[in-house]
Amino acid sequence: MIKGKFIDNLPKVYGIYTGGFLVFIIIMAIAEQMGMTAKMIGIFFVSFTVLIYALIGWLSRTLQTDAYYVAGRQVPTVFNGMATAADWMSGASFVAMAGGIYFKGYGYMALLVGWTGGYVLVASLLAPYLRKFGCYTVPDFIGTRYGGNLARFSAVIVLTVASFTYVTAQINATGTIASVALDIPFEIAVYVGLASILMCSMLGGMRAVTWTQVAQYIVLIIAYLLPVFWISNNIGAGFFPHFMLADEVARIAELEGQFGFVKNSAADLATVPKGLSAITKAHSSVNATPWAFISLAVCMMAGTASLPHVMMRYFTTPSVRTARRSVGWSLFFIFLLYSSAPMLATLSKISLMDPNLATGIIGKSITEVQALDWYQNWNQAKLMFVSDFNGNGTLELNEFFMKGSAVVLATPEIAGLPYVISGLVAAGGMAAAMSTADGLVLAISNALSHDVYYKIINPKAETAKRLIVARVLLVLIGFAGATIAALEIQGILGSVIWAFDFAMSGLFFPLVLGVWWKRANAPGAVAGMLLGLISGTAYLVWVRSGGSGFLGITQLTFGIVGAAVSLVSMIVVSLITAAPDAATQKMVDDVRVPSGKTILGKQH
Amino acid sequence: MSKQEQHWEKTRNLLFITLAIWFVFSIGIFLFGAEMQESSIRPFGYPLTYWFTCQGSLAIFVILIFWFAGRQEKIDDEFGFTEREGDQ
Repeated sequence: MIKGKFIDNLPKVYGIYTGGFLVFIIIMAIAEQMGMTAKMIGIFFVSFTVLIYALIGWLSRTLQTDAYYVAGRQVPTVFNGMATAADWMSGASFVAMAGGIYFKGYGYMALLVGWTGGYVLVASLLAPYLRKFGCYTVPDFIGTRYGGNLARFSAVIVLTVASFTYVTAQINATGTIASVALDIPFEIAVYVGLASILMCSMLGGMRAVTWTQVAQYIVLIIAYLLPVFWISNNIGAGFFPHFMLADEVARIAELEGQFGFVKNSAADLATVPKGLSAITKAHSSVNATPWAFISLAVCMMAGTASLPHVMMRYFTTPSVRTARRSVGWSLFFIFLLYSSAPMLATLSKISLMDPNLATGIIGKSITEVQALDWYQNWNQAKLMFVSDFNGNGTLELNEFFMKGSAVVLATPEIAGLPYVISGLVAAGGMAAAMSTADGLVLAISNALSHDVYYKIINPKAETAKRLIVARVLLVLIGFAGATIAALEIQGILGSVIWAFDFAMSGLFFPLVLGVWWKRANAPGAVAGMLLGLISGTAYLVWVRSGGSGFLGITQLTFGIVGAAVSLVSMIVVSLITAAPDAATQKMVDDVRVPSGKTILGKQH
Repeated sequence: MSKQEQHWEKTRNLLFITLAIWFVFSIGIFLFGAEMQESSIRPFGYPLTYWFTCQGSLAIFVILIFWFAGRQEKIDDEFGFTEREGDQ
């Protein structure tokens, strides 16, 4: 059936894979009709998909450095777009974003704009030039462009801080989903998630991660879109929800006016489990100041253009031209999910709120709601809660609590869809969190093995030894991430936003100016990276420990402080120290044209 | 001006145009979020600001990147800086 090289057969291979997955969903649906329990369906969905990824990871094992670090630089444009989309859309996008929009409305929709707009910066400022450079990792670019181990090492520090913050959130997300779907305690589920992540990336590095990420994208996009379309059709909102939910958006605003946003007393809130919240903000009205919205969007955009696990995906394309186009495809595949997230939040909310729908629970009696099957399941998982604060016996809007991450996972059940869809959504969330965690763990361990071990500590190391070191580091970082994830310091969405702020504080300007400003030199870049990271972190710590902050910059947007300090210190220090030598200037000129040899050789 | 300087100048101008469009749809319009929301222009019936945050800006970014890539390829071709087989 399949002849010739794997790369030439990609559409066929993934076509068969997608068909197979759809058949699997249908088999599960039939099994449900024949009486398979919800729990078994969840276990089948999650374990079947994870085993497929592990198989792909095993088939892609490699002993070559360029395959391990950059997938042999032969990933076609569209497939790299899909892999980047999976790499990019994490548990935060899949599981938490619709929940954020559900609770906070317009203020959190800045994430949609920020997490897509950043790709314009990636395409125009960075990706094609970094591809021309021919580096293996982002610190590889910094180290070669500016010269010196100090610059390289500073980049590794920023990369590690940002990516590690991010990866703990992703392992947390895999743990949450595995614990609900497989019905095991969270502390154990975190390590189950970790094991799945390592199976995908350990043997084949970037090559394995690339081909599993494409597979994971296919699962996650089906899992996200199917319920959105199904619910929309089910409640008669329109067969194509993206263009047809205007009436529902208006209806939610009307119901919000009718129910009102009652503020709960502190004593009442103390009885609610940690991390759960009620709807307190209007769904579609503009309820954030322009600055609150824009500052969050700006941080997410600049963070996008600084996060190494995204940037390194564009090192895997065959050419500069394909790297550029590949950014467009990435954003297209991301757009498919992001434009659906607010629709999912709308459908979820209308299903719960509208008394005219069979699924509406607001206004029903508390005992009736407490008797619902899905309520009992999610309440048991500590993701949902109701309480009759005002003692009138009916459920008010301010008396229904849910965890942000439960919005996506629970909506199919709330809307009365068969359980097979919930199983599918769990598999999709798992795919989203795993694919991002894979990219992140690989970004960190590659930076440590290539930049710190090979380039700084032991430049004479043989290929086999380098790859062993890379794999050992991968496992160690994974375990460290899982251990911290088990502590649950910050919610999924919060830690992801922090990661963007860290990346933006330390790396945005050193990367951009490395290409666009020839005069930028090593001392400037080091100052930019370290002072940016330190000042951003200091601001975060200050605000977290009760500081008042300034200019309306919150703990979610501290990257603005870091990046501003980074820019100023980089320019000032560059100008008061010597200009880069002629060889470096020539190198920058070479990076700016697509033709000719890459700056770093094919193997290095 | 050398061929390479001309190429870079055109590349830079394209960057400025791209970033200007990006700025308008990622930052500019949201300065007027409250005013736009009241507008009688309602794409697919959604309030205007709401629509831009859900779909409008996002779709514009996708189109913008492909447009940018096409223009940049033309500039590279014009100066003969397009990669050839075996370059990498």
